[in-house]
Amino acid sequence: MILTVAWRNIWRNKRRTLITVASIFFALFFGLLIRSLQIGTFGKIANDAVSSYVGHIQIHQKGYWEEKIINNVFERNNEIETKILQHESVKSIVPRIESFALASAGVRTKGCMIMGIDPDRENNMSSIASKITEGQYLKQDDIGAIIGDKLASFLDLKIGDTLVMIGQGYHAVSAAGLYPIRGIVHFPSPELNGRAVYLTLPMAQDFYSLDNQLTSMSILLNDNDDIAEVKKYIGEITGDKEYEIMDWRELLVELQQLIESKQVSSNFMVGLLYMIVGFGVFGTIVMMTAERWREFGLLAAVGMKKIRLILTVFIETIFLGFLGLLAGFAVSLPIMIYFYKNPIILVGEMAATYEEMGFEGVMVASVDLPFMINQIIVVAVLVLIAVCYPVFKLIKLKPAQAMKA
Amino acid sequence: MKIIEVTNLHKIYNSSEVKVHAVRGIDLSFEQGEFTAVVGPSGSGKTTFLNMMGGLDNPTEGKIFIDGINIGELKSSKLTDFRMKNIGFVFQAYNLIPVLTAKENVEFIMHLQGRSKNERNERAISLLEQVGLGDRINSRPNKLSGGQQQRVAVARALASKPKFILADEPTANLDSDSTANLLDIMENLNREENITFIFSTHDARVVKKARRVVTIEDGKVVSDLTK
Repeated sequence: MILTVAWRNIWRNKRRTLITVASIFFALFFGLLIRSLQIGTFGKIANDAVSSYVGHIQIHQKGYWEEKIINNVFERNNEIETKILQHESVKSIVPRIESFALASAGVRTKGCMIMGIDPDRENNMSSIASKITEGQYLKQDDIGAIIGDKLASFLDLKIGDTLVMIGQGYHAVSAAGLYPIRGIVHFPSPELNGRAVYLTLPMAQDFYSLDNQLTSMSILLNDNDDIAEVKKYIGEITGDKEYEIMDWRELLVELQQLIESKQVSSNFMVGLLYMIVGFGVFGTIVMMTAERWREFGLLAAVGMKKIRLILTVFIETIFLGFLGLLAGFAVSLPIMIYFYKNPIILVGEMAATYEEMGFEGVMVASVDLPFMINQIIVVAVLVLIAVCYPVFKLIKLKPAQAMKA
Repeated sequence: MKIIEVTNLHKIYNSSEVKVHAVRGIDLSFEQGEFTAVVGPSGSGKTTFLNMMGGLDNPTEGKIFIDGINIGELKSSKLTDFRMKNIGFVFQAYNLIPVLTAKENVEFIMHLQGRSKNERNERAISLLEQVGLGDRINSRPNKLSGGQQQRVAVARALASKPKFILADEPTANLDSDSTANLLDIMENLNREENITFIFSTHDARVVKKARRVVTIEDGKVVSDLTK
């Protein structure tokens, strides 16, 4: 009967109920959408960086990350590579030489970022071939280069033209080479478009006068959660302290910091939203308590214990909370799924801002269950905090006084 | 058989500005089967006296024994239980739970007592028929007249099989016909089933029906007449 009373009480003042349910609905709806887009977008940025270039783990010569010079290279070791690949969590290993040189064509010269790659393995990870806008991707034994479209435009290079590169090789040896342009590539990042030059690994080693040496080995895992385990495994395989083994969080410290700072501002907004809604719900419950104070007095007078009165009010609030949460979740879930499958393509200044930071101008929603549950719990806790008011009032209820109210 | 005994009952309300001595040393007792009116002008202390007898308010001084139990010594939760099992209430207004039908209102107290669904159902219908509302059992309070609502309140007060019923100005908001009807019902219940009724009232029609009239003025009993 308490359930009946609680349920009917909810619909006794439909407008109040609808306002309360709407408050809870909008709190959860906006909270979920904001958090979903934030988590989805930053997750995508981090995931893109990890899965398309950085990898979950990188191996370098000790000291390379502090001082990224061509002297800090390590000998490629097939035995170690094979053992790493044997670990069930390891998806692929991508060997690289990354350094700098001057790129020149005609009278124009620009500092560029040389990436010596294994074309097949690199393409499996970074899908560079799909980003080629002119020409073709590198073959395994190619002697040519592919370059970013902005760099090509700056140097006025077309497919078949020759790129001149000059730099400093291993232990200060002069580095120079001529490379026919095989393809022009477009990346979401303007930085890469303006500076990237890809060569095959042997051509890059030859340019920098390296033997079988690398600046990095990027390791892609099947699951982000296995990082610690694989790092430990690699440490055991490599044994000595010649290498530095870093995960993507250590490699992308600035990105992590950027994401965290954005999260703080977004959390503040969501917190503010919840606070406003929390006060709204609290106000409605205060009003409801005042309106029904005489009725509570009557119920206590005829023998309803305070604990049952509290339970009735609690159940009513739970009903209201449940309705609001259910509606908020039911409406926001399809929207989140839609924006998960159809990311929002940013345009104008917002897109430019993203691209300046080196990210694709895209906002995508997350549909991860844990964050949704967190948001639901937060709103539910707000509702439960609001119900404390009638609970404390009811504890002090005096029937005779309440009935005079 | 004495069911209520009140000794040296005092009630002082301490507000921030004034101290109100609402009840000043009342000594009274009530027997099983009484049909008593407590009368007096507004502010004389009738309602305060009834509230204390019903365990709704605590006396500042004095004792109230119901069936030999000093209700002043009962803790809040025990007192609520005691009220539910022993005392029926009919108030002047706002008597019923608005979201429940007449039958559900009567059943409610039996539900609190933990009675079975069948027992609740049968007794609620029977009591509503007794007060002449057999045809309105599924009506909510807002669909009933003031007199009908008070009759439901009487049925509800009887539902818990109390030792006595306290009615605080039950006819104050009723027209003449409803008042007469309600009084007839309560008088019949008193005569036929020996149910004890104690009213606070200043309604002459109630006083006329009562077999004992206790008059209170300025918080004191000034007369106690049995007809």
